[in-house]
Amino acid sequence: MGSKAPIVEIRNLYKSYHRGNQILPVLNDITLDIDEGEFLALMGPSGSGKTTLLNLIAGIDKADSGTIKVSGVEITSLSETELALWRATNVGFIFQFYNLIPVLTAFENVELPLLLTSLSRKERREHAEMALRVVNLYDRMEHYPGQLSGGQQQRVAIARAVVPDPTILVADEPTGDLDRVSAMEILDLMERLVHGFGKTIIMVTHDPRAAKMAHIIKHLDKGVLNVYPQNHL
Amino acid sequence: MRIPLSYSFRNLWTRRLTTMLTTSGMALVVFVFASILMLAEGLQKTLVETGSYDNVVVIRKSSVSEVQSGVDRLQASIIETQPEVALGANSQLLLAKELVVLISLPKRGSDKPSNVVIRGISESSLMMRPQVKLVEGRMPRQGSSEIIAGNSIAKRFKGGGVGEVLRFGMRDWTVVGIFDAGNTGFSSEIWGDADQLMQAFRRPVYSSVLLKLRNSSEFQGFKERIESDPRLTLEAKRETRYYKDQSEIMAKFLRIMGISLTIIFSLGAIIGAMITMYAAVAHRTGEIGTLRAIGFQRTSILSAFLIESLLLGFSGGCIGLFFASFLQLFTISTMNFQTFSELAFNFSLTFEIIYKALLFSLIMGFVGGALPAVRASRMNIVESLRAS
Repeated sequence: MGSKAPIVEIRNLYKSYHRGNQILPVLNDITLDIDEGEFLALMGPSGSGKTTLLNLIAGIDKADSGTIKVSGVEITSLSETELALWRATNVGFIFQFYNLIPVLTAFENVELPLLLTSLSRKERREHAEMALRVVNLYDRMEHYPGQLSGGQQQRVAIARAVVPDPTILVADEPTGDLDRVSAMEILDLMERLVHGFGKTIIMVTHDPRAAKMAHIIKHLDKGVLNVYPQNHL
Repeated sequence: MRIPLSYSFRNLWTRRLTTMLTTSGMALVVFVFASILMLAEGLQKTLVETGSYDNVVVIRKSSVSEVQSGVDRLQASIIETQPEVALGANSQLLLAKELVVLISLPKRGSDKPSNVVIRGISESSLMMRPQVKLVEGRMPRQGSSEIIAGNSIAKRFKGGGVGEVLRFGMRDWTVVGIFDAGNTGFSSEIWGDADQLMQAFRRPVYSSVLLKLRNSSEFQGFKERIESDPRLTLEAKRETRYYKDQSEIMAKFLRIMGISLTIIFSLGAIIGAMITMYAAVAHRTGEIGTLRAIGFQRTSILSAFLIESLLLGFSGGCIGLFFASFLQLFTISTMNFQTFSELAFNFSLTFEIIYKALLFSLIMGFVGGALPAVRASRMNIVESLRAS
């Protein structure tokens, strides 16, 4: 793994927000490499810029300056339309509040990202069913999100994230809304995705248990990145 | 690729109450729109069907209808001698010199007076109007004070039934028969012997001359000769054209009134749809952010919300049309502005009206949903996700 180029390369990244005339710096000269198959946890106090960094890596926000390359593609230079196309096949999102579409069934939610691919209806069905099998919810595929527990909904969200076989998975507080047991199930599943399927996960978390699962923990404080070894916790 | 249609449809179903209220507003507007078009169509259909293509009506130049027209006996005789006039079974000329007079009769029930057309007919009149059929009683005897009434008159006017007596032209007239002229203007007329009626009303001239052409293609030549003859100050029209002209002002008035009314009403319905769609966008900010993050383009979000508001409009259109279709069961009677006479007709629903009403409902949905859909599509992904 060491000889391979990092899957995510971030160089001199700056990001600030504007509130009226005020400029609030959020990320300050971030440089970071993430290798393929790595499970990285981003930690830090609220307002430290973790989610902003995650959003920038996922291509849903624009940096002020600096570059981000994912799998060799410099996403900071892509247009909005190109970014949307890129996200469809390269990024899987796992949100704190699952963000499932309530009017679609578990199956339809999982199938959603595949609608942006060239797969046929039959292929989409096969892929979505397989993803639901991976998260152990094949028998619940016709259920609506409202008919599932929080943990089950997050598993559906994970299935939706992995179904297009993305380059990276970004998770923003994936256990933040779950009880202890469900949170552990989700973390086990994420670990399985890394070890069993070779996925690269970048996770923002406040939860030390979640962070423990990660290979590397990066700590953000006032927009500056510090690296801690795993035994720091 | 587009967000699946089921997303838009199920969102409407999830917000059933709001959807139903918005749809009802639109349905009401479409109902009014369709019913006024049906009214105008019914009126026009009734009058157009009254005429027959092979028949020609000759009236005084510039007179809009038979009521204002006058054809003196000499002029009528000149027309009678034209070679284009067809002959009937027993070599009788298919030509009728007719008198049209308006009288006021009280309506059954309300006693409210209304204008009714009295038509003085001659022997050939019925032969040229095969749609007119005697359904009760008998035909009036020539030279007598007997009349027959159209079934609309018999139903709606006092003294219009068989055996009843009507008083006009300083005489009593006995109704000896009822005729059915189908869905035509004749059903709203009273017919009697032309010569008797001319005497009673002190009319020295006929109102019109109706004739059948022996060959329909000879119309243009006949028309040109009649209209250029210096002895005749008359004009000739095909009977279908004549009745169409009679319905035009009234139908146009109904359509303009209807469209103006519905445009005003539709503003309310559009604002209703807009409020519903803005609420939907505000309620689903997180979903919009998620869909955009997954990779759906702005145009996909725009079309998903537009489809939703078009579905609102379309369902409103279908419901409005459904209720409007029941109006076909009703017969309405009103004064035709051009003839000043009472005319009974039905609401008529045509494919054109269905298409126009549905298009109108879709336009309402589109206008109501456009701004909210644009707003949804322009949302910032990060801010939308933060709102979820």
